[in-house]
Amino acid sequence: MSESTLNDDLDLSGLPLVDNPVMPYLRQERIPHIWCPGCGIGTTVNCFTRALEEAAKDLDKVAIVSGIGCTGRVAGYLNLDSFHTTHGRAIPFATGLKLANPDLSVVVYSGDGDLFAIGGNHFMHAARRNMDILVVCVNNFTYGMTGGQVAPTTPIGATQTTMPFGNFENPASLPFLADAAGATFVARWTVFHVRQLTRCFKEALGKKGFRFIEIMAPCPTLFLRRNRLGDGVDMVRQYKERSVLRNGADTKEVAVGMEGDIVVGTFVDRERPTWLDAMNSHFSSVLGDRYRTYGG
Amino acid sequence: MSDEAPVRKAKGTVFVQPEVCKGCSYCIEFCPTDCLEFGREFNAKGYHYPILGRPEDCTGCGLCGLYCPDFAIFGMRFKDLEAARAAAAATPPTR
Repeated sequence: MSESTLNDDLDLSGLPLVDNPVMPYLRQERIPHIWCPGCGIGTTVNCFTRALEEAAKDLDKVAIVSGIGCTGRVAGYLNLDSFHTTHGRAIPFATGLKLANPDLSVVVYSGDGDLFAIGGNHFMHAARRNMDILVVCVNNFTYGMTGGQVAPTTPIGATQTTMPFGNFENPASLPFLADAAGATFVARWTVFHVRQLTRCFKEALGKKGFRFIEIMAPCPTLFLRRNRLGDGVDMVRQYKERSVLRNGADTKEVAVGMEGDIVVGTFVDRERPTWLDAMNSHFSSVLGDRYRTYGG
Repeated sequence: MSDEAPVRKAKGTVFVQPEVCKGCSYCIEFCPTDCLEFGREFNAKGYHYPILGRPEDCTGCGLCGLYCPDFAIFGMRFKDLEAARAAAAATPPTR
């Protein structure tokens, strides 16, 4: 990589170089990354690392787990304890990681196809059990890495490689699904809302229970190009125009289509005992002194 | 009142790593003071990268760095720059 260059005026010679604030969190030998020009995933990574910094997390106690896909590569680029699992199995792996070492702060960072199609059942059951993990879903409405097939989030009417005459399948509304399955924290932001997203990450990192954040991101190469929606920046401009902030909105009413409002904000924030807490309190009441509590 | 435009003074600046830029124009589009623009130069991959076209307008808010999906640009206030330099001098370079 070349060195940072300051634009015009200031004289840098002899001064120590200032690093991009995100650099200490990245495996720099892997940068530049392979994401397409205009892809929003890198922006979400920026926000996530900024939130880690602001939350003053001990990075030895943060683990990041990804599945397969474009977003699945995040685990490979972040300089944390990370694991790139098989397709759809990021949540089971994260569950095991959390239960084996309850001190860890476990983050699942994956895409919509990985978390909701191939791994949809795992998402539901981890939310139902209230596993203490943070699940970040970067939703680009398509399967990016495999060539633009219809994903469970593809809006009706969108053209994809497997639906050349337009999609007719009803898409899943991810916040509604997470809410119904029992997640304790459900939020949605888009790539346009970088400050809000950073704050949301920070807030979610400080909470317990199954936390879910959906981030809408443009896929310029497949979703936008096939639907003639312009470039990545055009879609982010659309997010700016179409998004409506509605904190605490009923998750039944936050579905996203090709047009119309995109409801963003924190929809659900509630307290429920996590799986470990529930197990400890249950066995303590059933077994009494014979049971030694495990983890936090 | 004088007819002259008020003299603006930059409160910060941006740093660009041209070689990792992919020319997505997020930083240019969402800069709150519109001080960035595409330069005429190409990088090795053939993308135009942003330059600070109106340095006097830059507030060093760092929003360009937060938007940049390729980690190619970041902004900083002058008042934070000295501290960052001192920190950079104290720790071994990360790349």
